[in-house]
Amino acid sequence: MQEAKKYNKNMQGEGDKGAIYEVYERCLIIRLNEELDHHNAIKIRERADRLIDRNNIKHIIFDFSGAGFMDSAGIGVVMGRYKKVIFIGGRTAVANVDSTVDRIFRLSGLYKIIEKYDTVETALKILHQ
Amino acid sequence: MKDKNEMMLEFESKSQNESFARTVVAAFAAQLDPTIEELADIKTAVSEAVTNSIIHGYADGGGIIQMHCVICNDELTVEIIDKGVGIANIEKAMEPLYTTRPELERSGMGFSFMEAFMDDLEVESAVEKGTLVRMKKSIKKSDRQSGIKQEARQKV
Repeated sequence: MQEAKKYNKNMQGEGDKGAIYEVYERCLIIRLNEELDHHNAIKIRERADRLIDRNNIKHIIFDFSGAGFMDSAGIGVVMGRYKKVIFIGGRTAVANVDSTVDRIFRLSGLYKIIEKYDTVETALKILHQ
Repeated sequence: MKDKNEMMLEFESKSQNESFARTVVAAFAAQLDPTIEELADIKTAVSEAVTNSIIHGYADGGGIIQMHCVICNDELTVEIIDKGVGIANIEKAMEPLYTTRPELERSGMGFSFMEAFMDDLEVESAVEKGTLVRMKKSIKKSDRQSGIKQEARQKV
């Protein structure tokens, strides 16, 4: 309970049609609220990269609870953010992935380099260790 | 007696129409009573083909994309057609992870996904003329029904 309160206090929310962005310490949480296709990927890439540079972001969490679809454009945007933070030892994770999206990640082999968690809270806890 | 249905959709080569095309093909395929997974397969394959026409065919410029769907018995055929730049080397283009637009963070997996999710994939293209991607998928409703009947029998 204490931890949840601490998390909420540090949130800075920024919204855009494709996703809502939250920065918690050096973690960027991208809460998708649209399907992750090429159209949405362009918006997310620009917004996320600006926040990553501005806030000295180290870890990235993609929250898929608002996105029930993803194609290879989504793979591109996740991989692109992974490449951006890996050089500073950052980690990239996905959370709340449904079976459709999970299948795409599995097929692409991306689970070899990104981590999957049930919830954003779990991801945050583990990435901060 | 063949059960046949057909539709044609034309839309501008704009990324906001990717979702629209997915919705239309899903709505048309619904009459075959697909599973959620089969529907996701078809939507993903169509999304990949349409995105390719937008990014590569018309290189993010203007143009018209056509989506032509035919249902014949239990098979859905989807054709995505553009009159864009065309593909010089189709074999190379279909190689997994190959992309001519790495700066757009393209994963090069579009064709691989189309092949994985559909039963059949054909690509016809000519430079400066355009590209046609034809994909087929059989929705085996009859198999599923007999499977359920078998299960019911076993339980009794």
